Amino acid sequence: MAELLLELFSEEIPARMQARAAEDLRAGITNALVDNGLLYEGAVSHATPRRLVVSVEGLAPETADKREERKGPRVDAPESAIEGFLKSSGVSLSDCRILEDKKGKFYVAVIARKGRPAPELIAEIVPAVIKSFPWPKSMRWGSSALRWVRPLQSIVCTFDGDVVAFEIEGVRSGNVTRGHRFMAPKAFAVRRFEDYAERLARAKVMLDSSERALTILAEARNLAFAQGLELVEDEALLAETSGLVEWPVVLMGSFEQAFLALPPEIITTTLKAHQKCFALRDAKTGALADRYILIANLIAADGGKEIIAGNNRVIAARLTDAKFFWDQDRRFPLESRLHRLDQITFHAKIGSQGQRLRRIEALAGEFAIMLKADPGKARLAARLAKADLVTGAVGEFPELQGVMGRYYALGEGLDVEVADAIRDHYKPQGPSDRIPGSGAAEAVALADKIDTLMGFWLIDEKPTGSKDPYALRRAALGVIRIILENERRLGLLRITRKSLDLFSSPAGEEERQSLLADLLAFFADRLKIYLRDKGARHDLIDAVFSVGREDDLLMLVRRVEALARFLDTEDGRNLLAGVKRATNIIRIEEKKDKRSYGGHPNSKLLIQAEEKALATSIAAAEAQARRAVEAQDFEAAMRALAKLRAPVDAFFDKVTVNADDPSFRDNRLRLLGRIREATLAVADFSKIEG
Amino acid sequence: MPLALNPKESFQDLVQTLNQYWAAEGCVILQPYDMEMGAGTFHPATTLRALGPKPWRAAYVQPSRRPTDGRYGENPNRLQHFYQYQVILKPSPNDLQDLYLGSLAAIGIDVRNHDIRFVEDDWESPTLGAWGLGWEVWCDGMEISQFTYFQQVGGIDCFPVSGELTYGLERLAMYVQGIDNVFELNFNGRSGPDKVTYGDIFRQAEQEYSRYNFEYADTDILMQHFRDAEKQCRELLDKGDRGNRHQLALPAYDQCIKASHVFNMLDARGVISVTERQSYILRVRDLAKACCEAWIKTEAGSA
Repeated sequence: MAELLLELFSEEIPARMQARAAEDLRAGITNALVDNGLLYEGAVSHATPRRLVVSVEGLAPETADKREERKGPRVDAPESAIEGFLKSSGVSLSDCRILEDKKGKFYVAVIARKGRPAPELIAEIVPAVIKSFPWPKSMRWGSSALRWVRPLQSIVCTFDGDVVAFEIEGVRSGNVTRGHRFMAPKAFAVRRFEDYAERLARAKVMLDSSERALTILAEARNLAFAQGLELVEDEALLAETSGLVEWPVVLMGSFEQAFLALPPEIITTTLKAHQKCFALRDAKTGALADRYILIANLIAADGGKEIIAGNNRVIAARLTDAKFFWDQDRRFPLESRLHRLDQITFHAKIGSQGQRLRRIEALAGEFAIMLKADPGKARLAARLAKADLVTGAVGEFPELQGVMGRYYALGEGLDVEVADAIRDHYKPQGPSDRIPGSGAAEAVALADKIDTLMGFWLIDEKPTGSKDPYALRRAALGVIRIILENERRLGLLRITRKSLDLFSSPAGEEERQSLLADLLAFFADRLKIYLRDKGARHDLIDAVFSVGREDDLLMLVRRVEALARFLDTEDGRNLLAGVKRATNIIRIEEKKDKRSYGGHPNSKLLIQAEEKALATSIAAAEAQARRAVEAQDFEAAMRALAKLRAPVDAFFDKVTVNADDPSFRDNRLRLLGRIREATLAVADFSKIEG
Repeated sequence: MPLALNPKESFQDLVQTLNQYWAAEGCVILQPYDMEMGAGTFHPATTLRALGPKPWRAAYVQPSRRPTDGRYGENPNRLQHFYQYQVILKPSPNDLQDLYLGSLAAIGIDVRNHDIRFVEDDWESPTLGAWGLGWEVWCDGMEISQFTYFQQVGGIDCFPVSGELTYGLERLAMYVQGIDNVFELNFNGRSGPDKVTYGDIFRQAEQEYSRYNFEYADTDILMQHFRDAEKQCRELLDKGDRGNRHQLALPAYDQCIKASHVFNMLDARGVISVTERQSYILRVRDLAKACCEAWIKTEAGSA
């Protein structure tokens, strides 16, 4: 069994694309091998900033011979038809045999395909994979027509140690590669993955990205430990830094202690987002340290002195800038900045940030009352929630919106709850982000999101398919998470109506109603997805959703949970079977008779004990279930329905629905219809699977 | 007077060294374009010469004006007027990265002691309708250059592709001189009383132009300049059009450069709202696109 080694050597590949590209290369090459009849035992791929590598093991040296038969036209068909067939099959008439069946005599082409040597196929496969490679963004360079993520410099392609020769737009394959750009730039020849990986390691290239990441982590922890410090770990940063180096060298830098007076978020953002460095903290106090970890791509001749000095200078300059903004910003209170928000357009059709904030302020006040929070604090927090967008620090560090607002609010001596609300009203930013705590933050967070949704609904800019440029799905999910996870009783219809009333919209009442219904349906969809992600059964969600005009999310969810528990009991399972049976019978009969069996049965026509008992039980169970649902006591509603199980079973056991007397038949079908109706008080059982 | 250049101690020697280096690689060494512009890319030697099939290699210093970056000479890192060193090579040679690293060595950056990194940075100029892929080049964590393979200019596909290198000269000089304040850069490489610093030459200008940019520039006049430049550009594009040839692409493009700079001034004066901003950018881009379309119908811009 043979081995394929492929290295695509290019100029620096963006860090964020490397892992995906390595996987795409492995899949592209191995799929093409299999499609061409070349089986293999295993394949691994790697990426560094300058190379994508795949090694395929256990390859057959050639593909098997193949014989294929293809039926053609009748022997007496026009000559042109026969010629066309021969041409398309790539055979001559002497390669054909004649097949006779009841429709006549036909030519059958016998196409023999010789197996092909693996290198010959590989020389076709690799260029095809390269030309159709799914880079998120690719480019051209020089006078070449080839597209790659950055200029493709060279290709190593060997099969069992020998070069597989091909050329793509002037780049010829070979067996020569290079090591680290600065530490081992000399070219060298390779044969197989084994010696390739070993030569690379000697040429200061760690091929395996997880080895690079582990090296960074281990050395960073060690350096920190030696100074009594702790690494502020960050997986995304670790992945990124290991995609920026072929040979990680971990060094420790420092900055003036005076900068520690800045908010720690400014320091960590400067280190991480701008300089791709790790922050450090004091192992005992947990406070940010005046040191940091940087990852270089070089074992420097001077031990890294210049590299550290250079990085220190850049970080000092950035922190000086940040300190300038921080000092400037605190000279003016947040309130004094509000007029500038009037000049910032939120959306051309929706209006300015200032207008938006006035609505959010009103809405947050109302929500605070509903949530039993302090409306004054909620209104103040809403007023100031976006004021930091026009501060210098947020201009420089947009990712710190809210966070800076909180610091400025605290600096002005505002209430902590107000300050926290300014920071937290953006939350949650996604399915795993923290939700704002109760109080003002919650009210402002809800008001902000609902106002956003309403604004875009009014101008008919809703998410479609994969397009959601204003992150409206995230906003709706945020509302759902806040309500459910803080266990809030808020009718969505009520709170969205309050929001709608704050917009000056020319829409008439009918339009407004349908707009609210549409927005509610959007929430329902997001809720279903949220519940499904949490592991709830989608059929139960549908069963509950389809009966209610319920806009209280918490109650909807409680009902789904109660239903799931009920269906886990024997009573539940049997009742479900009974209801389904009743529903099926009615459906079939209604279709057959072309009429509906709605309405109540005539009690005088109920003659058998079992049908009388069922009628009584249904009336009682329905009334109890409805009362229980109204009182939001879903366990009680389920218990009420559970009482139906025995009479339903007895009815099916003893009573013949299709009685000879049509009046009895009608009446019994109506009784069945009532089973369904009674259960609709809780859920539409027909939507439940099983 | 020493004849050898000393790029590590003199701003002007840094420029001279780059000139020598790129001249040796076959570049024509041009002088700055005589108009106000936001970046070296606007120079017709880059924007226009990047289009069309003819090979082209040029290098030049371009004074760049970013009115909003003015800080009255008080910020050690920000200037409303600074110098970019611009190199354009069409078609981009296969060893462009090595050539670039060679230029760093020439100005005294020893790659055995400095951590040079190519960090993803896709370049886009909304006003020029141009974009390209490449990197920002980091030296010990500091961005010292932009490195771009042009893919489109003026909405037109670049073929062959140009490689563009932009060095921020002040930053680079601060780095090699080991100085934290741009105004303290040694400009002429002398010491003692003969030494002239960057601040000696430009601090007053930074103060005065910051006042002008932020406070005194007459916005009505600027708006009129914008309209005039736009109108003149359109007229020239129209009058120079001879079907498959164009005779006034360069003067028309000058008007586009002018409109772009006036827009930057208006932006600094804070009189352009967010929505208007977008429409100004689109107006300049329309001019740039039309000029580029005209350019590829000229002698230098076509086969």
